[in-house]
Amino acid sequence: MTILSPGHNRGSRPLFQKISEINWLIVLVVVMITGVGIALLYSVAGGSFDPWAKKQLIRFALGLGMMLVIALVDIRIWMFLAYPLYFLSLALLVIVEIKGHTGMGATRWLNLGFMNLQPSEFMKITLILALARYFHCLPPEDTGRYKSLIWPLLLIAMPAFFVVRQPDLGTTLLIAFGGIAVLFAAGMRMWLFVAGIITMIPAAFGAWSFLKPYQKERVLTFLDPERDPLGAGYHIIQSKIAFGSGGLYGKGYMQGTQSQLNFLPEKQTDFIFTVLAEEFGLVGGLTLLLLYLVLLGYAILVSMSVRSHFSRLLALGMAVTLFLYMFINIAMVMGLLPVVGVPLPLVSYGGSAMLTVLVGLGFVMCVAIHKNTMISRGGAFA
Amino acid sequence: MTFSDEVKYKTYTRRATIVAGGMMVLSSALVGRMYYLQVVSRDQYELLADENRISLRLLAPERGKILDRYGRPLALNRSDYRINLIPEQADDVRQTLNTLARYIPLTERDYSRILKAVKRQRSFLPVAVAENLDWETFANVNINIPDLPGIQPDVGTTRYYPEKENFAHLVGYVGSVSETDLGQGEDPLLELPGFKIGKNGIERELEHLLRGQAGNSRVEVNALGRVIRELSRQDSQPGTDIRLTIDRDIQNFAAGRLRDQSAAAVVMDIHNGDVLALASTPAFDPNDFNLGISQKKWNELVNDQRKPLINKPVTGQYPPGSTFKMIVALAALEDGVVREEEKIFCNGKYQLGNHTFHCWRRQGHGHMNLVDAIARSCDVYFFDVARRVGIEKIRRMALRFGLGERYGLTVPGEARGLIPSEGWKLATQGVRWQGGDTVNAGIGQGYVLATPLQLAVMTARLANGGRAVVPRLLSGAKDDILAPAEKLGVSPYHLKLVQKGMEDVMNDPRGTAFRSRIRDKNMMIAGKTGTSQVRRISKAERESGIRKNEEKPWIERDHAIFVGYGPLDHPRYAVSVLVEHGGGGASGAAPVARDILEFVMQQDRERKQELGKERRA
Repeated sequence: MTILSPGHNRGSRPLFQKISEINWLIVLVVVMITGVGIALLYSVAGGSFDPWAKKQLIRFALGLGMMLVIALVDIRIWMFLAYPLYFLSLALLVIVEIKGHTGMGATRWLNLGFMNLQPSEFMKITLILALARYFHCLPPEDTGRYKSLIWPLLLIAMPAFFVVRQPDLGTTLLIAFGGIAVLFAAGMRMWLFVAGIITMIPAAFGAWSFLKPYQKERVLTFLDPERDPLGAGYHIIQSKIAFGSGGLYGKGYMQGTQSQLNFLPEKQTDFIFTVLAEEFGLVGGLTLLLLYLVLLGYAILVSMSVRSHFSRLLALGMAVTLFLYMFINIAMVMGLLPVVGVPLPLVSYGGSAMLTVLVGLGFVMCVAIHKNTMISRGGAFA
Repeated sequence: MTFSDEVKYKTYTRRATIVAGGMMVLSSALVGRMYYLQVVSRDQYELLADENRISLRLLAPERGKILDRYGRPLALNRSDYRINLIPEQADDVRQTLNTLARYIPLTERDYSRILKAVKRQRSFLPVAVAENLDWETFANVNINIPDLPGIQPDVGTTRYYPEKENFAHLVGYVGSVSETDLGQGEDPLLELPGFKIGKNGIERELEHLLRGQAGNSRVEVNALGRVIRELSRQDSQPGTDIRLTIDRDIQNFAAGRLRDQSAAAVVMDIHNGDVLALASTPAFDPNDFNLGISQKKWNELVNDQRKPLINKPVTGQYPPGSTFKMIVALAALEDGVVREEEKIFCNGKYQLGNHTFHCWRRQGHGHMNLVDAIARSCDVYFFDVARRVGIEKIRRMALRFGLGERYGLTVPGEARGLIPSEGWKLATQGVRWQGGDTVNAGIGQGYVLATPLQLAVMTARLANGGRAVVPRLLSGAKDDILAPAEKLGVSPYHLKLVQKGMEDVMNDPRGTAFRSRIRDKNMMIAGKTGTSQVRRISKAERESGIRKNEEKPWIERDHAIFVGYGPLDHPRYAVSVLVEHGGGGASGAAPVARDILEFVMQQDRERKQELGKERRA
């Protein structure tokens, strides 16, 4: 345990004690959200556990286990692993760039033989770990200095560069915004932020020319969905119709005409929230939103009540990641944002996003369980 | 906690609160948007969702049948046994077709057509494999359905004309909707794929009654257009059945009797105007038009000089020839320019100015009174009488007897014919009416034109004692209480004289159609022959000797005409027969008309006997 010795702590506690400190209410909320998702997957399959609901259930069981394991591991080990894990995922991104598996026009996956790994999902978590560690170790007198921003900005920029090239606009946004949120919470000067946002505007215009045609199309379609009602605008028009026709209480479970009759595209993945809104109405949509807000509130409260900077930033970073997933997805299906291909965490069919969010929540729980563990500024190596 | 940690903590708490606040603000935006979509604009989106999923399907009505006077079908809807293939239900389309080929012969072309359609269409939409199968083949396929995955037997309807070419012109046919048809009305049925509308004959004229009204079915469809279920249904209103005055057997007999000649025959009830037969030959099989006629067959029809596409009894206009003499006789009698017993000498020639008109009998008829002149069809007599009475009075008499008039008979292309007047000639030809024109009109030549239908009406009015009977094709419900037609105001005695002339045509040994008489006392007939010149005989030809009709090429031969009625003791039926280029009326048309009248009267007699038996029983 020499690695951990510099920390001022009460040492390791027995495992059963840690288990008892897990917030089982939050685990219940996670199960409820996933349950909603599985119910919807059952509905859009025309009342069948195949092909989606069953697989989703199995994935969730694995992910839930992983969440609990992460929560129980000593937080100092995570601090120690922050950089190695970050560089491992960066290396995977580079490998994807060189020889990745191409699907649906984008190269995002690594075929490991037994599964398809999406390193960009991995990156969302490890970037926050790395940034949290960096700011934890930064001497307080350096917090306001500009030069101390160079390294964290680089940490954000490197993965963002590779992911945007895949191309995966949604994940790039999630990585960038998640990282910047950590920077902000770590105490980066406020005016820098304002300046950053102002410089972002011309940068956004500059980025326009780098976008692929289909990405440009998505943005244009977002601004005016009617310009191509049968092509790119079709998704968003049909989604809004499903939403609106759901009304206050919805059309009833498995009664959504838009989703059951296939007018709604991608209903099991990106547009699953629309299915909820159509079949359960405003009441259903608000209920799920509320469950998410419970998770977010828990994560932020945890981050505000812990003593080490690493833990705070880690919990907050995870909260921001979860929020971004949820917000971008829901805003997108309601026509508030362009269609960028971000799934609804725990609800959309698909393993990567679910795993990312469960791992993230695992870290939040880990922070909660180790809230009194002291971690030295020098980090594990100091 | 160190001091710097304290600062970090304070900064962090402030910043984290800002982040949490930002999340709340953004989440509120989501809630606002949800409220806007699901509460504020709900109605609008609900409508759009219904537009998406609900599709209105038209249900075609069954077309009304066309029946003869006794309710026998002339046009009906026949089950069309078809075999369709639904690709998504077949494991292997080729395999299924191979199995099917055991029951239905399938050519290589069929294979490629079907496989092409399978590739092109959505897999749940049926592909037509075979149509118009007979019941046996169809039943055979049905029995073997378990071995034929994806095969779907289907029963549709097609129009069928059981009497084929005998009713081709009268009943007409149906065909696909054309661009011009689409402009005519708003009926959504017209845009239904495969919908057929009347293109000719009764089918066209009474399209509005026959068609019926579309029903509809509201169905729920998915995004691909596949029908999920029916939501509601309004059945279609079938078209009205049309009952004609035509007697199928008479029409069949008449058409059969004329067969390959270019000819027309009309049979009419002289009292109520019922048209019992309206035959036109040669014809075509309307069933060919239904399914789309081949270019070769079409060309044959168009190029046939006997004009099989023309409905001759109503559209064909011919000089009535000697059948017009009754009109001239009546005009003269009524005007008083000629008396019953007055004799006019016929030496075969009639001189007017420096022009000589010839009687058909070159050696002349000798002294002729009115009845003899009709019976023996003396031209010179009528040249003289026509001159005396003048074209205007002839014209008025012709009009009273239904010539030069359209009757609105619900068949397309009804022609008006032509009864000329002095004013008409000046207006249309810019030349004054000549005395010679009147002379020509006296024997139904020159400018006079009539349709076979008009000649039948004329004969009916002569036979029924001068009543203005109007022909009709549609059988009314109040047949028997129909009031007799109005009197024309012609002296009954004068009419009797003309009728006597017509009797003698048939029954006097010197009459022109004596050979075509009917000996049976109860079925004796009266009539009048007519021969209408297709081309004027030139002086040179006359001098070199007139060629007999048999010596001329077919197209130059005279038209043979005959009008008649019977039975003599209580007349009931009028008939007119016209055979294009059939030679003289006595030889070319009278025997046909005689046979038709005999058939009609014979049938009448049998019917009465049967009725009598029923009464006694």
